[in-house]
Amino acid sequence: MAEAPDNCILGFDQVTVRFDEEPVLDGVSFKLRRGESLVLLGEAGSGKTVLLKTALGLIRPDSGRLFLFGEDVTSASEQQWFDLRARIGVLFQEGGLFDSLSIEENVSYPLSNQESLRCPEQEMARRVEQSLEFVELGHTLEKFPSELSGGMRRRVGIARAVVTEPELLLYDSPTAGLDPITAATIMALIIKGRDVRRATTLIVTHRYQDGEMLTRYRHDSSLGHLVPAPENGTGPRTHYLVLRGGRVVFDGSQAELEASADPYVANFVRRTG
Amino acid sequence: MLDLIKGPILTFQDFVLLAGRAVRGVFRKPYYWPDVFMQMDLIGIGSLPVVVLTGFFSGAVMALQMSRALQTYGASSQVGQIVAITLVREMGPVLTALMVAGRNASGMASELGSMKVTEQIDAMRALGTDPVMKLVKPRLIATATMLPLLVIIADFIGIFGGWVVACPLLGLTSDAQYWNNSWRSLEYNDITQGLLKPFVFAIVISLVGCYYGMRTTGGTQGVGRATTQAVVVASVWIVVLTFLIGRIFVSI
Repeated sequence: MAEAPDNCILGFDQVTVRFDEEPVLDGVSFKLRRGESLVLLGEAGSGKTVLLKTALGLIRPDSGRLFLFGEDVTSASEQQWFDLRARIGVLFQEGGLFDSLSIEENVSYPLSNQESLRCPEQEMARRVEQSLEFVELGHTLEKFPSELSGGMRRRVGIARAVVTEPELLLYDSPTAGLDPITAATIMALIIKGRDVRRATTLIVTHRYQDGEMLTRYRHDSSLGHLVPAPENGTGPRTHYLVLRGGRVVFDGSQAELEASADPYVANFVRRTG
Repeated sequence: MLDLIKGPILTFQDFVLLAGRAVRGVFRKPYYWPDVFMQMDLIGIGSLPVVVLTGFFSGAVMALQMSRALQTYGASSQVGQIVAITLVREMGPVLTALMVAGRNASGMASELGSMKVTEQIDAMRALGTDPVMKLVKPRLIATATMLPLLVIIADFIGIFGGWVVACPLLGLTSDAQYWNNSWRSLEYNDITQGLLKPFVFAIVISLVGCYYGMRTTGGTQGVGRATTQAVVVASVWIVVLTFLIGRIFVSI
C-alpha cells in the first residue's frame, strides 16, 4: 500500500463507482485530516451511502484512488480490509444491529470477532458496559434490538461504533426518521464521541441542522453536556461536502456553504436548515 | 439475443463464485460451531415431522398403487422389493430434499435476505466477519450432514408405511416375506446412490438458499422474491440432478 501525499485519515482521489455502467460516484475527491469532521450533505440517491461504503471497503471503486490512515488502500485485499476496519467505527443507516443477538452481544461483536481487537472476556464486558453507559443505555444489556425503540437502536449502534475506540468514525444518516428531540440526543452523542475520544468523524446526512450542531457545539467533559464552541476557531474543525448525482458540487466551511450562490446548495441549506 | 442470456450467465457465474468460496471455506478457519449446531437443529430436528409424514405416506401410497398391478401378474409378494428399491433409490432422497428445500432453502433466503436489506451483512463485514464463513458455511455443513440422515429416516419410515398397507391393510404378503424381500432387494449400488443424492442435494439447497438471500435487493418485497426464487431454483435442480445421478448409476 503506497503512502498518501499528506498523511490524511481518509482521502478520495477522483473516485468513481458504477452500478450497471451508471456512475453513482463520479470523480469524487476530498481529504479528511486527523481530528477533522466532515459533514456530507445531499439529497436521497446522490451517492452519500455509496461514498461511506466505499470508504469502508464494502464497495470497490471502479477508478480513482482511496487513502486510509495515510496509505493507498485502493487495491487492498479483503483480509487487509478486515485489519483496516478494526480502526474504523461505523453506524449504518438502518442501525445494522443483529436481530438474533442481545444488545450486549451486538456491542461486543467487533471485540470478539476482529482478530486485532480480541481481548479477555472480563475486559470485553467492562468495555461493553462502558460503551452502553456512554450512550446512557447501560440497563439494556440483556434486551434484544426488537425490544428497543428506533432512537435506542441508533444509540446502541453508536455504542457498537465507539466500543473499539476507533480513530475514524463514520455515521450514515444517524438522525433519519427520528423525532427532533431524539435526533438532538443522537447528535449530542456524536459530538461527545468526537470530543471525548478525539476521533475523526464523517457524518452523512440530509439534514443541514445536524452539521450546524456539529460545528457550533462541543462537549464539555467537566459539565457533562454540550456548550457552544468558541468562535475563535480553536474548536473542532468541521467542513462540508455536498453531493449531487454522485458529483461533489461543494467543498468548504459552513460560512462558505451558507454564502454559496449555487441554487442547489443554497436551496438545500434553506430547505433543511 | 446476447442480452437475453447475459443475465442468467452472470447469475450462474456469481453462484459458482459463492459456491467456490463456501466450499473452500469448509477446509479453512474460522469455524463457527455454535452456528453449525444451531442450523443442524433447525434443519435436522425441525424437518423431522414433515419428513416422517412424507416418508410414511409415500411408502404407503406406493404399496397401495402397486397392489393391483402386482396382483394382476401374481407377484403380490414382491411389494416389499418394489417399495424398498423405489424409496431408497429415488423417492426417499427426492421427496425429502424437496421438503427440506421448501422449508429450509426458503428459510435461508428470507433470513439472509432480511439481513441484507437491513444492512446486517454489511455491518458484519464492517465488524470483521466474512459473511460467507459466518452465514453460508455453517448452513452448508449443517445441511450436508443432516439431509442424508433425514433420508435414511424417511426410507425406513417409508418401508414401514408400505408394510402397513401391504400386510395389515391389504394382506398382499406375509410380514416376514415383506421385510425379507425389502432387505434382500437392496444392493450397495442402491445404498450409495440413495446417500450420494441427498449429499449433493444438500449442497444445492444450502447454496441456492444462501445465494438468493445474499443478493436480495428491494426491501421486504425483495425478500419475498428471493425466497420464491430459492425454492423454485433448488427444486428444479433437485429433479434435474436426480436424473443425472440416476443415469450415471444405471450405467455402473
